[in-house]
Amino acid sequence: MAQAGTLEVKSLSKHYRVKEESLPVLDDLCLAIRPGEFVSIVGASGCGKSTLLRLIIGLEGDYRGEILLDGQRISGTSLDRGIVFQEHRLFPWLTVEQNVAVGVLNAPGGQEEKWKSVQEHIELVGLKGFETAYPHQLSGGMSQRVAIARALVSRPEVLLLDEPFGALDALTRSHLQRELERIWRAEGITAILVTHDVEEAVALGDRVVVMQPRPGRIKRIVDVPLPRSRDRGSRAFAAIKDDVLGEFAAPPRMALFDPPSERTPLFSDLRFSI
Amino acid sequence: MRKKIDLRGWALPAAVLAVWWVATTEGWVNTKLIVPPGNVLLVAAKTLAEPVFWQGVLFSVVRDASGFVLGALTGIALGGLLGASRRAEHVIGPSFHALRQISLFAWLPLLSTWFGYGEGAKLVFIALSTLYPVTLGTFEGVRSITRQHVEVGRIYRFTRTQFAFRLLLPGAAPQIATGLTLGLVSAWVATIGSEFLLANWGNGLGNIIIKGRAAFNVELIIVGMLAIGIVGGMLNHLAARIEARTLHWQARH
Repeated sequence: MAQAGTLEVKSLSKHYRVKEESLPVLDDLCLAIRPGEFVSIVGASGCGKSTLLRLIIGLEGDYRGEILLDGQRISGTSLDRGIVFQEHRLFPWLTVEQNVAVGVLNAPGGQEEKWKSVQEHIELVGLKGFETAYPHQLSGGMSQRVAIARALVSRPEVLLLDEPFGALDALTRSHLQRELERIWRAEGITAILVTHDVEEAVALGDRVVVMQPRPGRIKRIVDVPLPRSRDRGSRAFAAIKDDVLGEFAAPPRMALFDPPSERTPLFSDLRFSI
Repeated sequence: MRKKIDLRGWALPAAVLAVWWVATTEGWVNTKLIVPPGNVLLVAAKTLAEPVFWQGVLFSVVRDASGFVLGALTGIALGGLLGASRRAEHVIGPSFHALRQISLFAWLPLLSTWFGYGEGAKLVFIALSTLYPVTLGTFEGVRSITRQHVEVGRIYRFTRTQFAFRLLLPGAAPQIATGLTLGLVSAWVATIGSEFLLANWGNGLGNIIIKGRAAFNVELIIVGMLAIGIVGGMLNHLAARIEARTLHWQARH
């Protein structure tokens, strides 16, 4: 079983090429994450937070600086890093258990062991009894649970979450946030959560990284020294939340311009519906 | 649950049959050309009793199925290649679309020159008729696969084979099914067409009509036509059932 990983990001810079012009997305980003730590990243859209995750998962290359997992430079995608996107990205032609099994398709180990892991993770995300359901029969929250199980089934060292609850209704979202905390504890995994929901970031993160846009860089890192599970109504919670929100008291130019979405050059042919 | 059969669809055929029957019994038409429906029924009963007829059905269906399978497999491979590889699309695509403009029946003189009037020419002709819709359907299907799903494949370290059989093929399945359905229709048209136009007095449903025409037996021509329609309809019904079973994972709207 994999152990929680140490993730180090050193002087990371990334540019996109848009019509002969170089567009800086990330500029000299440094971040060290301890094994088993839960780090939340918040920032306005266009601050490069999703790009950072895409670099760490290995879907994007061509960057300057270093991304190290347990001291090893990452190259490409790998089963020691799992990711959950805002869209569940399940294969509609596979059942719940088949979708989760995609996560261990190319993992080492025997079929029996893999199957056990699939069943365990379906149970972990609370979907026992839905093994043979198809994605179109599931709600948005349930689909996201399946996506979490798929990301964890190969027992990665790091779990990346790219606004995983962004498309869900408020009730489902707060329920899944608690579930995510429980799963993170159970798996003892290093987690990075990208979100634009400050309350979510403070509720779940050991630290909250505040990023600012153009080019994307870290503005401040806020520690959240509150015991878990956190009482969102408490005064201490509100103080930290206000502190983080204070970082968003943005200069007026941010409100005047709609920053180009960081995904525009990548998803110009987006044909996905949730 | 069984759907209740809507009888309204039978109104028009029943009316045509009634007019036909009245027209022939009242002698409004030349019954040598427009034969009475009763005679057709008699000839049908006689034809159906002959083993030659069933042999013809068998030959046509086997011919149709062989050409269809050949064309469908080639079409899925070609469409998959065109959809998955931009380079293939640029190199092969224009030629494919240009060739598609040539009417299928315009191929027949060339095919008969090369392959004669035997099974080979017929098979190639039927396969070709299936190839176009299946290739186009597969191409569209593969192109409809989202970048997001391709990224899932990359994240879980899919090999090339896994990309082909676990992502492209199932992801394109709905459009491939549409292509196959269209391919099945044109394969059956091509089967009968090949029996007419590459006629070698062999076996097949098309030959029944040719024999009927040669003998000026209008009843036999109509029986042949009905048989072709019924067999074609049954093939499509079968295909629809298979499609519904394979694509059961789709949300029905």
